[in-house]
Amino acid sequence: MGFFVLIFAIRNFAVLIKVLFEILGIMGKTLFEKVWDAHSVKTLANGQTQLLIGTHLIHEVTSPQAFGMLREKGLPVKYPHRTFATVDHIVPTNESAEPYSDGLAQGMIEELRKNCEDNDVTFFDTNTGAQGIVHIVGPEQGITQPGTTIACGDSHTSTHGAFGAIAFGIGTSQVRDVLATQTIALNSLKVRRINVNGVLAPGVYSKDVILHIIRILGTNGGTGFAYEYGGNIFDGFTMEERMTVCNMSIEGGARVGYVNPDQTTFDYLKGRNYCPEGEAFDEAVIRWKAFASDDDCQYDDIVEINASDIPPTVTWGINPSQGIGIDEMIPTIESGETQSERASIQEALEHMSLDGGSPIKGKKIDVAFLGSCTNGRLSDLQEVAQYIKGKKVAEGVKAIVVPGSQVVGKIAAAQGLDVIYKEAGFEWRGAGCSMCLAMNPDKLVGNQLCASSSNRNFKGRQGSITGRTMLMSPIMVAAAAVTGEVADAREVFGFES
Amino acid sequence: MSDQSILNVKGTGVFVAGDDIDTDRIIPARFMKCITFDGLGEFLFYDVRKNVDGSMKEHNLNDSRFAGANILVSGNNFGCGSSREHAPQSIQKAGFDAVIAGSFAEIFFGNSTNLGVVCVVVDDAGRKHIVEQLELNPAEPLSIDLEALKVTIGPVSVQCSIKEGARDSLTNGRYDTLSELLDGAATINSVVSNLEYMKS
Ligand code: SF4
Repeated sequence: MGFFVLIFAIRNFAVLIKVLFEILGIMGKTLFEKVWDAHSVKTLANGQTQLLIGTHLIHEVTSPQAFGMLREKGLPVKYPHRTFATVDHIVPTNESAEPYSDGLAQGMIEELRKNCEDNDVTFFDTNTGAQGIVHIVGPEQGITQPGTTIACGDSHTSTHGAFGAIAFGIGTSQVRDVLATQTIALNSLKVRRINVNGVLAPGVYSKDVILHIIRILGTNGGTGFAYEYGGNIFDGFTMEERMTVCNMSIEGGARVGYVNPDQTTFDYLKGRNYCPEGEAFDEAVIRWKAFASDDDCQYDDIVEINASDIPPTVTWGINPSQGIGIDEMIPTIESGETQSERASIQEALEHMSLDGGSPIKGKKIDVAFLGSCTNGRLSDLQEVAQYIKGKKVAEGVKAIVVPGSQVVGKIAAAQGLDVIYKEAGFEWRGAGCSMCLAMNPDKLVGNQLCASSSNRNFKGRQGSITGRTMLMSPIMVAAAAVTGEVADAREVFGFES
Repeated sequence: MSDQSILNVKGTGVFVAGDDIDTDRIIPARFMKCITFDGLGEFLFYDVRKNVDGSMKEHNLNDSRFAGANILVSGNNFGCGSSREHAPQSIQKAGFDAVIAGSFAEIFFGNSTNLGVVCVVVDDAGRKHIVEQLELNPAEPLSIDLEALKVTIGPVSVQCSIKEGARDSLTNGRYDTLSELLDGAATINSVVSNLEYMKS
């Protein structure tokens, strides 16, 4: 008893010290705390914080109802120059002429066009050459910047945290709140630092890193937390690799995921459309740097991951934490530790028509999808192209490549990547969300099994109720495409180990 | 705002089994091609309720004994996945006022609260009692008391919990935050003026 009292006293003492130090300004702060403080407007009656949203991104699916609510209340958009729009979910990637064959999709793009026009909001429309998936467009245009708050009616807004922004997905009522006030009501988050140190084996990519993290921490392990990713692996990652990881924070239950801004971040941003130029850029860098977590800051939790433990990872189930290394066996029902775990393994195996205890390697696939806001960036397309050059998509496999934005598509084509993909038997598409979710013509049919570089493997996600999704890195998608089955990309493409 | 205070939810329940019920399961993405939320209730749990050929599956949600239920009971991590408000909207539009689960995904919880859909957490043992009672007598009145933090069904009464801020918003009828946010206009402007990037 006395022991527990002592522990309790020590813990309280530690908290007290932290508060004291913070008051005195001695103890450092995390990036999350700094950005939060800089954007706090006030504490609301229910204890939540009214937080200023510096940058608001919108798309066609979650904004029309919000504009509707504004009209109903007769409210104007408060800071139209801080909202940026694009169209991604419903855009067909195999036709560009309007009206689209799908009347509902046409209605949605027109509604967004009108809302942007009526309210003076910048719209990266399909004819601007800059349209694309909202989480690819923001960074690409230099709208996504360190030390800012970003919100979008889309859960993968966590992607923008790669720049050291606090970025989160919001619901439509909150989209309305941002349009009307540039603020939302929010609870603060705890911060969990996730360190990945060591060396990644050849053939292991940032996608494997995040699938591994979610496998370890679970789909709701991040509830109530912002994830701060660090360690030498993240220091060495490019911005696009960091984005892949931050993108899927939400699959781990963390609404926010970020990496502290550093020289890699600043180099990426320099010269982009919406970034300051010249001296103003240098001044911005000074401000941005100051937002990085202090060395002596306190995290609410720290997780250490050894990079060399991370295998090329593939999901076998119906939530993103159900992943295993390519050489591992699919879990058996009995391997579940609790009744609910066993039930969820059983449900997953049934849906996926897989046998527990059998290897994941060698499972026949029907579709290969390379794209989405997780892995539809230029570097993804470049990396895979090197390896599939001269190879052929296996017979009976439908393989599509969907650049995440028109900019990505254009640069890739200028580098001849479209030709490489087409010669290998991939379809080369226009920019959009495509087969990541079923809101456009790209859908699975029946119980097709899809090797997918996207982020969600929920039942029905790719458009067919019985459709099956396996999440993996782009290179693993390519390996599956050319062999017609789930395969180890390192063997297929002859990686040096 | 003119929201009604929500001190309790009364009615009957229906159990939707499973953990990690994601937003795509609550309402499949293909039904979200819309510019208003009207009519979304029809598509709630569409693929859970119907077979590929459109015929009805055997499921509590199709069972006439549970028709008219206004409280959903489910497992852990309810509402994970997307931030789309279509999910809580479809729940509300289908006539549900509350969800009882083992835990909730954060964005889903916030979106629901904003709409006045009450989301309370009941632990595994407590939910087991509720579900047993529901199956025994589907018409048994089920109620959630946000003041006493209790869920009651027939002779069974169990503890429930909800984030204090959400409870406060619901019971005081200010879960729709917009008017309070609008009040802060002057302070908003001063925060904005301190942020260089807001000027561009
Ligand atoms: S690519 Fe997929 S996850 Fe990303 S925004 Fe589009 S639909 Fe959402």
